[in-house]
Amino acid sequence: MKNSFLMRNPSILIFLGLLALFTLAVTLMSEATGAGLISTSFVKTLGKTLCLCLIAIAMDLVWGYTGILSLGHFAFFGLGGYMIGMWLMYERTRQIVETSLANAEIPPTAQEVVDAIGSQIFGVVGSSDFPAVWAFADSLTMQLVLVVAVPGVLALVFGWLAFRSRVTGVYLSILTQAMTLALALYLFQNDSGLRGNNGLSGLQNLPGADAIPQSVVSIWFFWASALALGLSYILAAFIVSGKFGSVIRGIRDDEARVRFLGYSVEGYKLFIFVITAMISGIAGALYYPQAGIINPAEIAPIASIYLAVWVAIGGRGRLYGAVIGAAVVSLVSTWFTGGQVPDLPLGGYTLKWVDWWQVLLGLSFVLVTLFAPKGIGGLIDLLDGIRSPNRHGAALGPDSGSLQEREARE
Amino acid sequence: MRQLLILFSAVILLALPAQAGPVQDILQDHSALITKSSRKTIQPAIDALANSNLPQAQIVLQTWQGKDMWLRIEDGLFFRGNTLPSKAIQLIDFDSGEAAGEADKKALKQLKPNSGVRALIGTALVQFQLIDPDPARRAEALAAIERAPDASTLLPLRASIEGETDLGLKARKIRTERLQTISFDPDEAARIAALDAIKGDLGVDVRAALNPVLTTKRMVFAGDPPADMNIARRLKPGADELTDKQAYDLIVAANLGAPRLTPDALRTAMVNNAADGMVGGVPVAELNTQAARERAYAGLVTAGVVAAAVTDAEAAKAVRAHRFVDVYDEPSQAVTDAASATLDAIETKVALNQALDLGLDALSLGSIYFLAAIGLAITFGVMGVINMAHGEFIMMGAYTGYVVQQIIPNYTVSIIVAIPMAFVVTFAAGVAMERLVIRWLYSRPLETLLATFGISIALQQIAKNIFGTQARPLTSPGWLDGAWVLNDVVSISYIRIAIFVLALIFLGFFLFLMKKTRLGLETRAVTQNPRMAASMGINPDRVNMLTFGLGSGIAGIAGVAIGLYAKVTSELGADYIVQSFMTVVVGGVGNIWGTLLGAGMIGGLQKGIEWLNPSNTLAAQTYMIIFIIVFIQFRPRGIIALKGRAAGD
Repeated sequence: MKNSFLMRNPSILIFLGLLALFTLAVTLMSEATGAGLISTSFVKTLGKTLCLCLIAIAMDLVWGYTGILSLGHFAFFGLGGYMIGMWLMYERTRQIVETSLANAEIPPTAQEVVDAIGSQIFGVVGSSDFPAVWAFADSLTMQLVLVVAVPGVLALVFGWLAFRSRVTGVYLSILTQAMTLALALYLFQNDSGLRGNNGLSGLQNLPGADAIPQSVVSIWFFWASALALGLSYILAAFIVSGKFGSVIRGIRDDEARVRFLGYSVEGYKLFIFVITAMISGIAGALYYPQAGIINPAEIAPIASIYLAVWVAIGGRGRLYGAVIGAAVVSLVSTWFTGGQVPDLPLGGYTLKWVDWWQVLLGLSFVLVTLFAPKGIGGLIDLLDGIRSPNRHGAALGPDSGSLQEREARE
Repeated sequence: MRQLLILFSAVILLALPAQAGPVQDILQDHSALITKSSRKTIQPAIDALANSNLPQAQIVLQTWQGKDMWLRIEDGLFFRGNTLPSKAIQLIDFDSGEAAGEADKKALKQLKPNSGVRALIGTALVQFQLIDPDPARRAEALAAIERAPDASTLLPLRASIEGETDLGLKARKIRTERLQTISFDPDEAARIAALDAIKGDLGVDVRAALNPVLTTKRMVFAGDPPADMNIARRLKPGADELTDKQAYDLIVAANLGAPRLTPDALRTAMVNNAADGMVGGVPVAELNTQAARERAYAGLVTAGVVAAAVTDAEAAKAVRAHRFVDVYDEPSQAVTDAASATLDAIETKVALNQALDLGLDALSLGSIYFLAAIGLAITFGVMGVINMAHGEFIMMGAYTGYVVQQIIPNYTVSIIVAIPMAFVVTFAAGVAMERLVIRWLYSRPLETLLATFGISIALQQIAKNIFGTQARPLTSPGWLDGAWVLNDVVSISYIRIAIFVLALIFLGFFLFLMKKTRLGLETRAVTQNPRMAASMGINPDRVNMLTFGLGSGIAGIAGVAIGLYAKVTSELGADYIVQSFMTVVVGGVGNIWGTLLGAGMIGGLQKGIEWLNPSNTLAAQTYMIIFIIVFIQFRPRGIIALKGRAAGD
């Protein structure tokens, strides 16, 4: 039993237990099913935070474990959101259109219904025809497949091109950032077929569920997000715990050496890149129905950099670190920017946290990178008595901050 | 005495008709028309005055147009009238230009030509203005003609060319005369001659004059089109320029065929003929497919309620049976041929000039990218440090310029002060950042990226807190306003030329620094091998600090330059950061020529794509980034890649 999967990854059980407890607690306190201690909008915020934790796990896999600092994962996140958003918007508009056309003198043909939906959805960008990308918008199954397929294929093509030509390090980061920027700029156009900078809206309304109050819907999404997070955590732990995990950590620490040992470095990298893109797509598909609206600004490169920062603050190279980082930073961020923090009077100047929070956040990145490369997760090492081996100044790998629990044990 | 005076004035009054001069004669000849003052009938009166060759004619027309002409009721004579302070009217004789006594308003009738008549008078006045002795007046009249070309001004304009003494005005008059000839001259030969003469003129007004000559109308004929029609081209239905559907629509529009049954019309027919839940024998509830509706329509046709619809085969046959042509509105084929030849010649020349203009645009955009990227080329290219806060240094430079302008109101002086100030401020910021943060992270490039990103968002927010979110102006000195205009197609603003020059200066400065100075030598040594350099007595810490400060300082100066033509906001730098990184990566790290080539390529590419799809700059950027991603595939180390030991690995 000592070598069983769960025994080698004690964090899984702890994490799943905490997640289950948290889900139960929120459910019991929500307006829909319990005491009503927390508002529906806060349930949505918590659900969205779980989705952010999910994409943080993906980021940790690709950066903390494989050493690829991708600044493009929020693009995959956004694409997942767009894919599910297309179905939500199409289906809901279809129901509205059918209700209004039911009163017409003669029953509408299928084409008339589609035309009416088209002019409803695309009227805002001065068009009424369905672009080719909406071909499957009427089918939930197809759109759900696309949630993982579109980010997956994009990651496959991009990753193949990039890894094949041995673009590494900061070059790769810049290239992924460029990809994100290109996608965001493309979606900003009105003729991109996804409503330009209007984005897709009204996603919080589930088609056919008008009678169900938002408080219940929010709990459903909360459960779905928690389930996805739990499953992805297990999947990620499975990926990094075996031989495969050792290889990708090897790639992170010294790519050339792993290549000389005969491993297909590009293949491993590509696999991680694609699977994390898919996880990001799922996270996005769960996030945006809770947010209610998606527009291209969400995909802007800065979002992906924030993602990297969450993982860095939480602690790279440990899955729970990513979750902690995403949860703490995004919740604290919401708290500060929501104006709930009291202003700080400093003699002649009153420090408004809404204005100064960004500065605090920026400086805390610097402090974390300089003084706590292990991030918040490093606290757990302290509790657990794990210390990094003293290598007399030589780093463990190129990324001295990315330690895995066992390998760094003295 | 008083009696004498009365007698005297009576004599004058009585004597006036006898003394009436030639102008008054003309006015009297057309007195009825002038007093009637109708736009339709007034022309002979105006012509008589305008063509009288009398020196006073111009004054008469101006007076008339200005509503200062008065009619003395008792004898029907016309005068120029001045309203005196005593409300009486002082009359001035047209012929002599001398005062002809005063009269009470009641004894006079003011002529108030309506706007139509005034316009006709104005046209007649043009010929006088065109030969006015004052060149300024002539230029004014010519400008008025150029602004609003009109058939009536052609002849006066043509007549005025001969006597024109000012060479510049003469050239303008000849050019305008040609354009007017093309538009208004009824004589075909004259138009063709004018068309030939303006070949190669790039002016926008030339194209504006040519295009109406070449407008076409799409027409459809049952047989061959009439021989006297000036046909631009014959169209073959079915191709892209005329689809079968459009062709049939033309036939319908020309009343040569019955309209086709559109889905809308079909639906209307269904709605109108629904009775007892049935339409044409089909239940209404089943009418939710196109096929069922057509079946119901067939039923209605059988019942004789509606006319049979045109079938696809009938429509196709009708399209085959008809001829489709584009017909020039201009009837003369010789003129349209000459016009299209001229237009072709002009368009070729315009295309060449546009290419030149595009080249200038690309050059200017490239120099902006070069300016933004040169600092990055030093920090990222030479030191291998990725500085996400580089854009914020650009922003800091721009805000420094803004603050300096608040203190020094003279724009020229303030720019001269702002450039070194920006350098000092950002140099200090860069050195501080290097000392405090970056030097601890030299072995961890990815973490440098994160830490500098943290600094970047902090700096952005601080700028927002200090200067607010609205854009701040950084005004350029007056001598940088305006543009260098080569012709109607090619022009470039002076500010862009200044940025180009600045980029060249930086290139020279950088080359000098790297190749000819001690610091440059040490920097290159530290870049290639820090340990070896250290053992040779170079202090790598100091070199790194100075190099980083230098790169940041140049970013600050770039900020002043960029701020001059873009608005200064806290996001100014963020807009350039990705392009700057692209420039460095595409160009090749560690080589200034590479950065130059990269900037040129990205600038050229962006302008080129914008030219292909001018309405969409977003798409241009998207395609450019995709191109760069693909480009990196083939040259992963940029256009100019370091080789050997300098490459580092």
